[in-house]
Amino acid sequence: MPQFLEHSMTSWRGQEVEHQLSIVDQFDPRARIITALVFAIVVVFSKTLWLPFLGLLLAFTFALSASLHIKRTLRRVIAMDMFVLLMIIMLPFTMDGTALFHVFGFAASQEGFIHAIAIALKANAVVLALLALVGTLEASVLGHALAKLYVPEKLVHLLLFTVRYLDVISREYKSMRKAMKARAFVPRNNLHTWRSYGYLIGMLLVRSLERSERIYAAMKCRGYCGKLYLFDTMSWQVRDTCLLVIITVFAVFAIFSGAYAA
Amino acid sequence: MTALIRAEQVSYSYPQRGMVLDQADLSLYAGEKISLEGSNGAGKTTLLNLLVGLNKPKAGSIYAFGKQRMVEADFIEVRSKAGFLFQDPDDQLFCPTVLEDVAFGPMNQGKTPIEAKAISLDVLDCLGMAGFEERVTHQLSGGEKRLVTLASVMAMKPEVLLLDEPSNALDKEARLRLIEVLQSLPQAMIIISHEPSFLEALATRRTRLEGGKVLDV
Repeated sequence: MPQFLEHSMTSWRGQEVEHQLSIVDQFDPRARIITALVFAIVVVFSKTLWLPFLGLLLAFTFALSASLHIKRTLRRVIAMDMFVLLMIIMLPFTMDGTALFHVFGFAASQEGFIHAIAIALKANAVVLALLALVGTLEASVLGHALAKLYVPEKLVHLLLFTVRYLDVISREYKSMRKAMKARAFVPRNNLHTWRSYGYLIGMLLVRSLERSERIYAAMKCRGYCGKLYLFDTMSWQVRDTCLLVIITVFAVFAIFSGAYAA
Repeated sequence: MTALIRAEQVSYSYPQRGMVLDQADLSLYAGEKISLEGSNGAGKTTLLNLLVGLNKPKAGSIYAFGKQRMVEADFIEVRSKAGFLFQDPDDQLFCPTVLEDVAFGPMNQGKTPIEAKAISLDVLDCLGMAGFEERVTHQLSGGEKRLVTLASVMAMKPEVLLLDEPSNALDKEARLRLIEVLQSLPQAMIIISHEPSFLEALATRRTRLEGGKVLDV
């Protein structure tokens, strides 16, 4: 079983991936990233309600064909929807327009309501599409694909180093946390607790800094001179081109349908 | 016979720890496997760092591969010929996959990707790690990480190996495997270790760092 993006965080409970190989996994990572990007742009800039709704349906199709883990996906989408919910409550009262109803003398506008729904649809569609197309990629593969798509090298290296050392740092955090527990530390709301957490975070930063120096030294020992080399086995196939054609058709259709007219 | 690597009268001090090396001498000749023992904080790692120019000595000189080495530019060649195995494998394995990590050194030496890949696969095979090339580095076990770091050093075809506590945190089986691999290598080595059994199996000459000086045991 391949190791997926979220796998680098196995240490956080409940993140372990049980992901069946799906249709989406057969596509080239680059095609998936481009598709997700175009999809997001098309949906986010729409000024109508039906296009985000169509987008949401399309995103569902992606999610189904990626055979996403339902429970885990739901938990993530709901985490985001908490923010969206807050916005749906606030927006009708902050936008001017035709009043729908009044609460304590504040008018809820119809425009605000529609706007809020549009944002909710867009956010869910984009997140679902990202989870299905990009979230199922292994993190290092994502890095490689971005490098191949001419994303600046420095950013790609930053991503790859983060993936590599997130786990090390989290292990360090947990071992220190265990060491605290072993000496009968129980978090309470007092100065001692907050100071200890301060030390913990401070020590984590110091250790990470020292580690980064050691890594740099180790890289220098192997002749590092500012360049990383990536090997990969990506191969663009006809079905990848098909995927791009489909998403382009979707984009062209969206543009000519007048969804972006003011 | 001239030494492959020689430290002459090197001194080094840290602001907090004070003098750790005080006019220390150390020479490594071809075919030797020297142990470098000493208590914690005696300056063993510091001495190895000086040899490849990661730290600069406050006094004394470093000779490596027939030349005196003074500035950073001199040491780039030294590092390519003297493979340094770090204490913590996690410091050394920074690439996403094993293959990329092992090929990192050869690529820096100017090999083409195809050559570098061939060398890497070869070295992995030699160390009994064939089939590990697509594995993700941070998901390897401790013993596997150790062998992959050794492979990543060996891929640069070094003439000398500097090993900083290579058997650290390895279980018995992994340690035996490592001893076997190191015994089979022709390179001259300096091995830092605290384990008598490990050193007895490998070392041809034993030295000890004490009071800032390298003493023969």
